[in-house]
Amino acid sequence: MYVAVKGGERAILNSYALVDQARRGDPSVPELSLDQIRQQLRLSVDRVMCEGSIYDPELAALAIKQAAGDLVEAIFLLRAYRATLPRLGYSLPLDTADMQLFRRVSATFKDLPGGQVLGPTYDYTQRLLDFSLAASGAVAEIDASDAAPEVGPVPRVVDLLNHEGLIETHEPGAGDPDPRDLTREPIAYPADRATWMQNLARGDEGFLLAMGYSTQRGYANSHPFAGEIRYGMAELVIEPEELGFAVSIGDIEVTECQMVNQFGGSKSQPPQFTRGYGLAFGASERKAMAMALVDRALRADELGEAVEAPAQMQEFVLSHSDNLEASGFVQHLKLPHYVDFQSELELVRRMRTSGAPAADASEPAGEAA
Amino acid sequence: MLQSVDGSNDVEGRRHWIGVLARAELAFLEQEMPRLKPPSHTWLRKPETGLAMVRARIGGTGDKFNLGEALITRCTLRLATGETGVAYVQGRSHRKVELAAIGDALLQSPTMHAAAYRILIEPVLHELAARSARAQRLAQATRVEFFTVAREAGA
Amino acid sequence: MNAPVDLSRLSPGFPNAALDSQTVFRACLGAMSEPGRVTSLDSALLESTPAGLSGAAVAILLALLDQDTTLWLGEGLREGDAGAYFRFHTGCAIAPSLAQAGFALLSGRDESAALSDFMQGSEAFPDRSATLVVQCCGLANVGDAGEGNCWRLTGPGIRDYRLLKASGVRGDFPQQWSDNRKGFPCGVDVFFASGLSLAGLPRTTRLEG
Repeated sequence: MYVAVKGGERAILNSYALVDQARRGDPSVPELSLDQIRQQLRLSVDRVMCEGSIYDPELAALAIKQAAGDLVEAIFLLRAYRATLPRLGYSLPLDTADMQLFRRVSATFKDLPGGQVLGPTYDYTQRLLDFSLAASGAVAEIDASDAAPEVGPVPRVVDLLNHEGLIETHEPGAGDPDPRDLTREPIAYPADRATWMQNLARGDEGFLLAMGYSTQRGYANSHPFAGEIRYGMAELVIEPEELGFAVSIGDIEVTECQMVNQFGGSKSQPPQFTRGYGLAFGASERKAMAMALVDRALRADELGEAVEAPAQMQEFVLSHSDNLEASGFVQHLKLPHYVDFQSELELVRRMRTSGAPAADASEPAGEAA
Repeated sequence: MLQSVDGSNDVEGRRHWIGVLARAELAFLEQEMPRLKPPSHTWLRKPETGLAMVRARIGGTGDKFNLGEALITRCTLRLATGETGVAYVQGRSHRKVELAAIGDALLQSPTMHAAAYRILIEPVLHELAARSARAQRLAQATRVEFFTVAREAGA
Repeated sequence: MNAPVDLSRLSPGFPNAALDSQTVFRACLGAMSEPGRVTSLDSALLESTPAGLSGAAVAILLALLDQDTTLWLGEGLREGDAGAYFRFHTGCAIAPSLAQAGFALLSGRDESAALSDFMQGSEAFPDRSATLVVQCCGLANVGDAGEGNCWRLTGPGIRDYRLLKASGVRGDFPQQWSDNRKGFPCGVDVFFASGLSLAGLPRTTRLEG
């Protein structure tokens, strides 16, 4: 039963104005421009694009500004905007072997054709607060004088260094099927790998991080190595029907992670390294790595492993990964539930008077306002 | 990266210049287009902003999956001289997609092709190559050789 | 069927896609909720249409089709520009067979396919049936029932009865429509289109020839 609540129009309208003022802060401080957000909060922009599931840095910057920096709220804004747009088509699969690389490292292969390129990473910084930034610090210069420019694309390490065939390979299934699309049809269990990849790609980074972490701590039999992490620009290629040929209409930044996991073998497969895969819009390395760990854990069934840990359980992982859904359901609890609460209050009173616990006291009641 | 081709006026050439126009800056197109004095145009499909679902492959080579969507804008127009121009660009700019489609139409015209290529395509190619080389140079400045340190015997 | 579109022959779609398709969608809703009532669309909606197509038929399909829909073109329409036109402007796909089409555009007199050849929906999903746009050569709410193609319509959305005269429609249409009604809640829905006029015939309407 849902019981509507009336009233509060003036208070709600005033709260709009108040949240607007709170977002702006002290008007004597210059206002943030979208360019400033795009340029100086680029990792926030990337996360919002990734989980908002729309690649457009300008829109993501706008959402961050409007949400006063609350990234989950910004993701909500982007998803809501998304729902107003027509679908104009599908891209050809991104060719991540042909990316222009800004960063590329491997924890398994020391000597890589194409080299290990650290790129713009916080990994080797000392994590000491830099107080010079508090007074608009100057940007460090880069000594690129003796850097020999690389020529041509740099293939993926895992494909390149798999001479002995000890790492599993991935080929498209028969007929290279088109994946189901979670934005068009709801998820159905058991979901196939392509479907869960879409779910994870738009899933909450914090949730995936915790799930991935749990697999490392023993809640799934996983021994992962970061086979390769690459961050750079891949071409966006579409094939409009009215042209009849494919055109590359822009570049999008992505981070790709190939995890390799030791695998003892099963009845159908020899001992080898299996793979987990992560791919995310922007410079989203933590997300891509966590996604790869969770992807591998979700393959337990396929690889004949016992499904014992939360990260291996499809329904658990895939139904709780979306921060829009999670945030909505958790936060709806603060909306008026007066009638609901009143009925439970009556119940508790009756239980007290009768002295015996009611049999259905723990049954969740239907939703009421 | 966008592969470079010769500037010929055929399908391969067109595939390439549509990609170059899509990457041009709006301000550049606004500034340079008047030099070509394009004829007026009518719309076959007015500028429309929507989504392209970006696909990738599991592991880079396996089954396709849907990564997320990209915001794109498209239009189709016909010049008074008869050529039909098509443009698809990233983002929401209706003006940019219009100018890119005019560019595509001009580049198909045998009489306008050479001038349009020189004015609209070559400077963008130059800029894209410079940007790419710079990114490459900066990335390579962080290239590292890791050494494993052998343990001393008996340690 | 889904070969590249020849842009050099293409006519433009709605001048203002969002608002114009809303206007026409509203007209379609009106036509289906008052079955048989003939209404006319504003001529400013379309400056030109592909050869052989009525403005109302084009407008209805531009408003209703999208990337998730399939269209079947009836006899005499497949060879022209209609297929390319709707694919380009709406993103729809041309259905490989009439039994798989969500929408169909048919010529009233020439069409040999029966209503029952199209998707009928199922008991669980009666909405998964085809919507047919039938072109004819005249629509009016006057005439004498039983004379020519003048029909007497009754059912939901009609007070008492309504007369609909649809010229240029197959003579056995009343019989086919009566068969269509027997499968209720399954069955197809029809829009008649002539010039800029349209009338709706939902599966709930009874028709006497």
